[in-house]
Order: sequence, then structure tokens, then C-alpha cells
Amino acid sequence: MTGPDVIVVRTGTANVASILAALGRLGATGRISSDPREVQRADRLVLPGVGTFGAAMARLDSDGLVGPLRKRLDDDRPTLAVCVGMQLLLETSEESPGAEGLRAFAGTLEPFSGDIRVPQMGWNNVTASADCRILASGYLYFANSYRLAAPPDGCAAATADYGGRFVAALERGHLVACQFHPELSGVLGLDIMRRWLNGAGQERPSC
Amino acid sequence: MLTVRVIPCLDVRDGQVVKGVQFQNLRAAGDPAELAAEYERQGADELALLDISATPQGKRTCVETIRRVRAALMLPLLVGGGVRSVDDAAALLEAGADKVSINTAAVERPELIDELADRFGRQCMVLAIDAAMATDDRFEVVTRSGKCRTGIDAAVWAGQAAQRGAGEILLTSWDRDGTLEGYHLGLITQVAGEVDVPIIASGGARSAEHMAEAVAAGATGLLAASIFHYRQWTASQLKDQLATMGVEVRP
Repeated sequence: MTGPDVIVVRTGTANVASILAALGRLGATGRISSDPREVQRADRLVLPGVGTFGAAMARLDSDGLVGPLRKRLDDDRPTLAVCVGMQLLLETSEESPGAEGLRAFAGTLEPFSGDIRVPQMGWNNVTASADCRILASGYLYFANSYRLAAPPDGCAAATADYGGRFVAALERGHLVACQFHPELSGVLGLDIMRRWLNGAGQERPSC
Repeated sequence: MLTVRVIPCLDVRDGQVVKGVQFQNLRAAGDPAELAAEYERQGADELALLDISATPQGKRTCVETIRRVRAALMLPLLVGGGVRSVDDAAALLEAGADKVSINTAAVERPELIDELADRFGRQCMVLAIDAAMATDDRFEVVTRSGKCRTGIDAAVWAGQAAQRGAGEILLTSWDRDGTLEGYHLGLITQVAGEVDVPIIASGGARSAEHMAEAVAAGATGLLAASIFHYRQWTASQLKDQLATMGVEVRP
């Protein structure tokens, strides 16, 4: 028996080997693609990303993926966004003034501030709100320099503290957006990915 | 709270883990993928793999080793050794590394730091510094596995590298490497005062006390090799002790 297929968006700079390895561990088959039709319609899709907000959006734009991704998110097709992939779902980022995100969530990313070392590099203690179905509380691995300070209205969210509270992940319908790297977060990260994969096959909840 | 990371390091040559003292007298210490999985089970927070192969054949073997380690590991993987170009780094990342460290090549051509940070993001660009004591309060960058003394001040170099886009410093004391005498705290203090990026302390760790001292000096990552290879401690045992000393760790 073969597991579910998952499209992993080719975002150019992201290291996707770890995501493919984690999917394989869960019995799923990850395949890298930048085909607009696949990106819009795939049953399950992972949006990875490293590097800067602006460069990642420019790459999606030049590959013709901005419209298909927005349509996919409007349709609540099962999507897992990771690290900069999560940031791309916001409106804007102070990292790349003028660049526009996918706008699935309201909000602007800002740099970490205070007497802390940046990038945030390591395992932080995450607290998931009670209405999370897929996200969970525990230690998860982060590597980021920009943060969303507060969750948008109407989202189940997980938060952590690094020079103040910040959003560790958001969950809405079949969309899970993680600032942390679930694929690098041991058993707990893998559990989150498993619930997302399994939940993706279920009826969509009414919102 | 962000926790301190305990990072076992695999020095790999021609597909096998080896360990020496001050980069010399290397002894075989096991299979990289098997050790990686074992260290994950034992509570490691991250893994470092430094390729010290000298030959082109050894370099090709390293990419294959990274693939095998990645398949066995659900932790962040830092890979370094012999990276001289964006293409070298891309090959390691594609094979399964999450971060790449550069050392000698960055000293010889600092622009490589900018290039890697631009292409892959600064969280991916780790500058490895091997530093030897030059005077009582000065540390000098050494390259080519300690053979070449550069005269460059380690703290100044760290500051320049962070400006260029290094997102993390892997700071090895050449004097302490493999000696189990403890991290060089003076070196960590100096570099930690110069940069605000995370610092991984390396070289000389034998105990949780050594690790707690390094954290107090400014390190946020704690790399060690010998104590794990020779099974003196597991990462979990060290972290349990660190927690009793008031250091925040992932349980």
C-alpha cells in the first residue's frame, strides 16, 4: 500500500531534503514541484522556505505561483507552511519593505528585539491554545530572525517567548503554518506533521 | 524560553567517524548514520558533521554520508568541511544538511559569507572559527586544520563575519580540542562580546560543569565529540545535570 502524495513547492533556496525525509518517515511520498496547476490543486501541499521574505515572494511570483497559492488557500486545501513559508502567508515583513505576501493572515512580521541573540536558533517551549487540533505544546526547533508578535483574530495559535511572546504557529481549517521546523523537531514535530497529513483526508470543518 | 543546545559532533573521514587530539592522531569511532540515530535517541538537540576527508573521492563520499544521516535523523544537521563555493554548499544542503559551516575558505575570501547568506539565508550560514591563544588575552584564527596561523584576531573576525551575514559562529578552541580540559572561556567571552548571533562553543568539553561555564560565558550551543563517542555521557544525562545548575534545556 502506498501512502498519500504530497507536493513540496520548489521555492528555490529552501532545503527540502529534511521535509522529504520526514514525509517518508510518515509513509507519505513527497514530490518537489513548481507547476502552478499542481500547486493550486494538490490534495496536500508543503510550502517551505528559507532566506528572505522578499526573495522568496519574488521567486513564487516569477514561477507564476502567487495566484494558484492564493486560490488554494481560499479553497482551504490542506497546506503546511514552514518557517519562511509561514511568513509568506502574512501581509508584509519589515525584512523586505514593499514586498507583498500571500495575505492568508493579517499581520506584519517584525525583527526580534531586546537583549537576545538573533537569529533565534534552537528549541523553544511552545504553548498551543486549547482550540488547536493539529498543533501541540512542547519543545520545537526554530531558526528565524523575524517574528509575528500576535496571532490574527480567528486563528487557533501556538506561541512561545523570545524577547517577548511571538507566534510559533497558526492553524485554520486545513492550513497549518509553523514558524518552527516540524521536520527537524524530533518526535513532537513528526506528530504534528502526521496529524496534518491525516486531517487532510477528512471533511473540512465548517467555519 | 529558548533552550541551550547540546550538539554531538561527528568528524567524518572517508565515510567513517574519527576522533583525534588537536586535529591529529585520528581514531575510528563508528558509522555516521548509526551514531546520528543513537545520539538522537540519547537526547541530542542538533548534530554537527564535519568532513575532514582530504581527497576528492572522500568529498563525494561525504555527500552520500549526509544522505544516510538525514534519512536516520529528525534533528537539525550542521555540515562543514571543505566548502569553498555556493555550489559546494548547495550540494550539502540538497543532500540533507540544514546549515553549512565554512572556515578556511571564508578567511581566504570573506565575500563567500555574503554569497552564502544571500543565497540560502543567514540562518543557514555558519562561520566556523578555529582559534589558538596568541597572548594571554588574544586569540588568533588558524586555518587548514591548525597548520596555518593567520594573525587575524578571532573576535574581530567574528564581528566582520556577522556583519557580512554569518548567522551563527561555531567557535573551536584549537588549544583545547580533544583535550577534555574544558571549553576556552576567555575565547567564548571575547567573541560573545563582539557579536549578537548565536555561538556554538567547541573544543575541550568533558562535563556538564564545562558546559554550564560556557553558557555563562555566552555560548548558546555546546558542541562535543569525544565524550559522546567514548560513551562517557549521553546528551540527556548532561542536560539533566545542566538543568540542576539552572541552565534551560529541552527535557
